[in-house]
Amino acid sequence: MDLALSKDDRAFAERMREFFTTEIPADIRDRLARGIHLGKEDVVTAQRILNSHGLAVPHWPVEWGGRNWTPLQRHLWSEEMTLAHVPHPVVFNTAMVGPVIATFGSQELKERFLPKTANADIWWSQGFSEPNAGSDLASLKTSAVRDGVRYIVNGQKTWTTLAQYSDWIFCLVRTDPNARPQRGISFLLIDMRSPGVTVRPIQLIDGGYEVNEVFFDNVEVRADQLVGEENQGWTYAKFLLGNERTSNAGVGMIKNRIARAKRVAGPLMDDPLFRARVTRLEVETAALEMSVLRVLARETSLPPGSPDPVSSVLKLRGSELQQDASELLVDALGPAALPYRESREVPEGFAPPAEGATDALPTYFNWRKASIYAGSNEVQRQIIAKAILKF
Amino acid sequence: MDLELTDEQRMLADTVNGLLEKHYDANARLGLLRSDEGWSRDMWRRYAELGLLGLTFDEQYGGAGMGPDELAVVMDCFGRALILEPFLATVVLGGGLVAAAGTPEQKAAILPAVAAGETLLAFAYLEPAARWSLTEINAVARPSEAGWTVSGRKTAVVGGDAADQLAVTARTPHGEVGLFLVEASATCVARDSYPMQDGLRGADVLFSNAPAEALGPPADALGAVEGVLDVATAALCAEAVGAMDRMLWLTVDYLKTRVQFGRPIAVFQALQHRAADMYVTLEQARSMALVSRLALRHDDVAERRKMLRAAMLQIDLAARHIGQEAVQLHGGIGMTMEYPVGHYLKRTTVISKTVADVDRLTDLIGADGGLVPAG
Repeated sequence: MDLALSKDDRAFAERMREFFTTEIPADIRDRLARGIHLGKEDVVTAQRILNSHGLAVPHWPVEWGGRNWTPLQRHLWSEEMTLAHVPHPVVFNTAMVGPVIATFGSQELKERFLPKTANADIWWSQGFSEPNAGSDLASLKTSAVRDGVRYIVNGQKTWTTLAQYSDWIFCLVRTDPNARPQRGISFLLIDMRSPGVTVRPIQLIDGGYEVNEVFFDNVEVRADQLVGEENQGWTYAKFLLGNERTSNAGVGMIKNRIARAKRVAGPLMDDPLFRARVTRLEVETAALEMSVLRVLARETSLPPGSPDPVSSVLKLRGSELQQDASELLVDALGPAALPYRESREVPEGFAPPAEGATDALPTYFNWRKASIYAGSNEVQRQIIAKAILKF
Repeated sequence: MDLELTDEQRMLADTVNGLLEKHYDANARLGLLRSDEGWSRDMWRRYAELGLLGLTFDEQYGGAGMGPDELAVVMDCFGRALILEPFLATVVLGGGLVAAAGTPEQKAAILPAVAAGETLLAFAYLEPAARWSLTEINAVARPSEAGWTVSGRKTAVVGGDAADQLAVTARTPHGEVGLFLVEASATCVARDSYPMQDGLRGADVLFSNAPAEALGPPADALGAVEGVLDVATAALCAEAVGAMDRMLWLTVDYLKTRVQFGRPIAVFQALQHRAADMYVTLEQARSMALVSRLALRHDDVAERRKMLRAAMLQIDLAARHIGQEAVQLHGGIGMTMEYPVGHYLKRTTVISKTVADVDRLTDLIGADGGLVPAG
């Protein structure tokens, strides 16, 4: 939406594009552009390059590597990264636990964790959801009982994304079972190598192993790995979830997928029905992009953390459009989308799969998650309804 | 980025909203709707006093010299109050055409009178068989001793019933689509006046060798017409957003006050989520109305038009969703002429068919490569 950007902001976006397309290895970007799964190494490599140029954690406090950018600049940094097919820094590190430690953690925790978190020397997982605490997160039951200088943790987390890669996990744990649900929760940092931690992978319908169950069986955790104050964890979790109002819109992801659909569609783009679908999706995406910019423009004038139902609009509409775009690519590919292949290699004499063909349907299946995670779309509707109906 | 209103724009909105709240409640409007003329000359005078009737004209022609952003602010207010006066016809379209295509003499003769509220204009460009095409027209213009004559039939001319002068598109012997000014009272101009579906007045107009003067050189007319329709598109987007905003809040208020099964129906989640979806649609529409205003600043005409079409398309789809749901969530009361919500549905439905419709817009955007480059 160049229309809405000032000359300076446009120049900023161009600088970002220039950096991403020259400094991040072409083979990583190329694989991501073609929908080939990236491993842990690729993500870590990219994050370390970003970090060495001060571009991994621009939204952190300056003393820990932040850049003091405007909300719009941070958005442009993120969008340009997506459009350049650069893997984003580990979101659990940079967008989630990092800002929480930097804001609420002790000096010792900051020094111990922030530099390694920014450089992806540690890979973090998020331990929030439990089998019986999904949308109703505050009903979580994993317990941490104080025993001198340690906590003893028991319970189970689930939907833990990429726990198989992670070194540490930040958990919401119940430290006061007698208080009101939101009051008795604490924010605890746990080493995944601790005795009593077990990770069990969950295979998803796309065939991949993106999420896991994590079990805690009498796990000992040093008490100084508590972030902030005991029983204040819910406040920190709300801070964490409210940090990026705009990041769930996924405008760049949607555009990338539409572009890929248009490339593979070929003569289908002359079909009026198909073209109309593409156009409607593009127009709705343009509206979403402007909605993001409007929220960003307000960000500076609203007090931080004040509720803005438009951020729920972004999550709701963004996830729907991501799903629509994934569906469009599948339909553009036709029968080419049907074979399930772990790799793109084919025996001699066979043509390699079409661009985007191997990941199109897996992504379509996988992206059903977008309307479920980060506050399901039904929860978002409830937030909006509450804001407008004021009940 | 200037995505928020300036202080001056906020003051303009407050002034116009204040005027309309005082004089334009739903009952007053219903009275006007059923009156002979269908709108209020008193309000017209008040708009003139506030400078609204010359809002976008140059100051040397009695205008306020403001731009499309201020026009959008005013249109948003008008959309909320659902005004019936021929503002779009006279100021945005008619006045806009004179300002864009007219000679300095024509501007000096017409624009101050429009700004003062003394002259009403309308733009006669739609023809029965041409849908919204500007060029597939049958009306013809022929040179005459005094200037030109125009013959042809125009339809759905908003404000065409009351206009003193009509701006008419017609094909010249050179094959150009020219723009001509015709005195509406001339004997060779016949009008079949009617209320439009939204209550605004309009007319079909039959021109039989009507004496006309060219608004600027015919060779330049089409570009001027397209430019004015661009501005009108952004203005209509703003008006529609004002109307949709009112529909949402009327619906929200109704859900909170209507009691069934012993409780306000707002407690039912099926209804809460439908209201939330209306809000989502409204915010997306508001964003595209903003895109339409930013698009007007675009130097690249093709880009500008594509974004304006995208905005109008989104607004049309949004107006259908919000309008249909607003009536549904009201139940029977939403079906009545007495209650305002249906009137908003009617107005936004007409707005969506003023410059093009969804299928045409979708087709034009797609034919132009769409919005996301294939890369």
